[in-house]
Amino acid sequence: MRIPARVVAVCVALALAAAGVGAVTMTTGDYPVPLLDVLEAVAGRGSPGTDFVVLTLRMPRLLTGVLVGFGLGVSGAIMQRLSGNSLGSPDVIGFTNGSAAGAVVVILLFDGGMYQVAAGAVAGGLGTLALVYGVAFRRTLSGMRLILIGIGLSAMFVALTNYLIARASLDDAVAAQVWLIGSLNGRRWDHVRPLALALAVLLPLVLHYGRKLAMLEMGDDTARALGVPVARTRGILVLAAVALSAVATAAAGPIAFVALAAPQVARRLTRSAGAGLTAAGLTGALLLTAGDLATQRIFAPTPLPVGLATSAIGGVYLAWLLVHEWRRARA
Amino acid sequence: MVIARRAGGLAVAAAALLLVFLLSVWVGSKQIPFTAVWSVLWHDDGSSDAAIIHELRIPRAFLAVLVGAALGLAGALMQGVTRNPLADPGLLGVNVGAAAAVALAIAYAGVTSVIGYVWFAFLGAAVVSVLVYLIGSAGRAATPERLVLAGAAVSAALGAVTYAVLLLDPEAFNQFRYWVVGSLAGRREDTLVRVAPFIAAGIVLALLLARPLNALALGDDAGRALGAHAGRTRVLGAVAVTLLCGAATAAAGPIGFVGLAVPHVARMIVGPDQRWVLPYSMVLAPVLLLGADVVGRVVIAPAELQAGVVTAFVGAPVFIALCRRRKLARL
Repeated sequence: MRIPARVVAVCVALALAAAGVGAVTMTTGDYPVPLLDVLEAVAGRGSPGTDFVVLTLRMPRLLTGVLVGFGLGVSGAIMQRLSGNSLGSPDVIGFTNGSAAGAVVVILLFDGGMYQVAAGAVAGGLGTLALVYGVAFRRTLSGMRLILIGIGLSAMFVALTNYLIARASLDDAVAAQVWLIGSLNGRRWDHVRPLALALAVLLPLVLHYGRKLAMLEMGDDTARALGVPVARTRGILVLAAVALSAVATAAAGPIAFVALAAPQVARRLTRSAGAGLTAAGLTGALLLTAGDLATQRIFAPTPLPVGLATSAIGGVYLAWLLVHEWRRARA
Repeated sequence: MVIARRAGGLAVAAAALLLVFLLSVWVGSKQIPFTAVWSVLWHDDGSSDAAIIHELRIPRAFLAVLVGAALGLAGALMQGVTRNPLADPGLLGVNVGAAAAVALAIAYAGVTSVIGYVWFAFLGAAVVSVLVYLIGSAGRAATPERLVLAGAAVSAALGAVTYAVLLLDPEAFNQFRYWVVGSLAGRREDTLVRVAPFIAAGIVLALLLARPLNALALGDDAGRALGAHAGRTRVLGAVAVTLLCGAATAAAGPIGFVGLAVPHVARMIVGPDQRWVLPYSMVLAPVLLLGADVVGRVVIAPAELQAGVVTAFVGAPVFIALCRRRKLARL
């Protein structure tokens, strides 16, 4: 399969940028750690103090950010290309809101800890998927019907979430709101492991079926004529996108804007027709890690949730890209 | 005759609205028998019952009708202007602009009452939608795709700023979370009087745009061939959406779902002709909102469930049922 040189170049550049951000994250902060010491700690030869900061605090947080960002970027790219609509991200169609509602119910009604909240998020997301498919499925599965029903369910979840937050005590409400914005605070290896496992299973699946996305975009009949098993491919891709989104949400909360913006930004950077899945994933990872770095350093010591920085940076950058692209088109 | 049938349908919808209006005046946490309500309706005899009817319920019902009509119409307009069935009136950033202005008003200007929010919210909505439109049209005239992305970008960035302000000021967050749910409680005649002119202007402008939107439905070029001016229609459409949705949000807080779903229902009934979709949306949406308001007052009486919450829970199942059954008309 031929991949355009520009796409490869952009992907490499994104990966390097993410690595750079990672290096800055690992070496700066309340306890500055020189880069060599970081590498030694990773190799298992660091001092206990450095080990704690690098291996227990910073590395899992960074890895969570990378994996969550990558997962969200890929998930958003799949949904946008399948629905042919730049608004077709897992947030709009209801899965993210279902996850969020599940988690908020656990936080506010059951006073749950990290794991229960994550379980609530996954249950909410996959439950929403089951509900949407169950309700939407008739003789054929029309794309638009699926999306509209997803939107209806999403609205109910948002209303439920808002209501629970308005009803709760102020402390609980703030905690729930912070979770809803998306945060990487306190993420440890217990968060990274299931996330990495899920991505290790889902990503190869996605990359295999994702190659057929370009053909699916030409229309169902054309795709069938080209030998693509349309229903199965679409079904597996949607399932994978929702699973990625649910897993990412369980780890870090519904960092909504990444799934919408990363594919758009990636598309403009690579100047290719559709949002390339890898490029979108890398953009998501960069966006999230850069956002986390920003939130940690700029507002220290108040720990603001990373979702704020992601939205702010992502939003401003997307706006700038849009203006820049259109001005150029005019000239 | 198609026209007679559609006009008949509209009359039925209007009758339903009247019915819900009367229901809204009759039902409340204080039980007032219907005969008493009916007599007080026409002769204000200065009793406490009359005060409740005339100062609380009637303005609230009128406001619900206005807000509902504004949201439904704005949603239909937005979907027509962007040619995107997933568009909702908040796409131009109106809701986010209003929320940001209200958050700033609470946190820095010490505003504490609902009526105090109104001007801030409307100003915020107007400023942000202008910004989104400018970004969406940088370089040349705005196309639907650009408006959608510009709106998403600005909404994300501004939303981040809003929540940053609120999370740094828990007291402000405490107040904000009641407004952001979307409610008609506590809104009196002064709120109604302030927003009514804007909504009226928006309605007039919107209805005038029905024909040009029909022409543009198949694309800008086809529209120009039919004599419609694409750029001007879009600008006027954006202005109308800002007037309608900005005023509605200023009065009642951000109420979602209505603007997104009702136009779809309207299209299921009358097809894609905007000359019918707009009036139908304008009449059906208040039925939903007012009905939701009534349900909210009854279901956990004497406490109240906010209209913004109930709308989704009442409207979404109906919407989903309709999506399963009816043929979905294209935009």
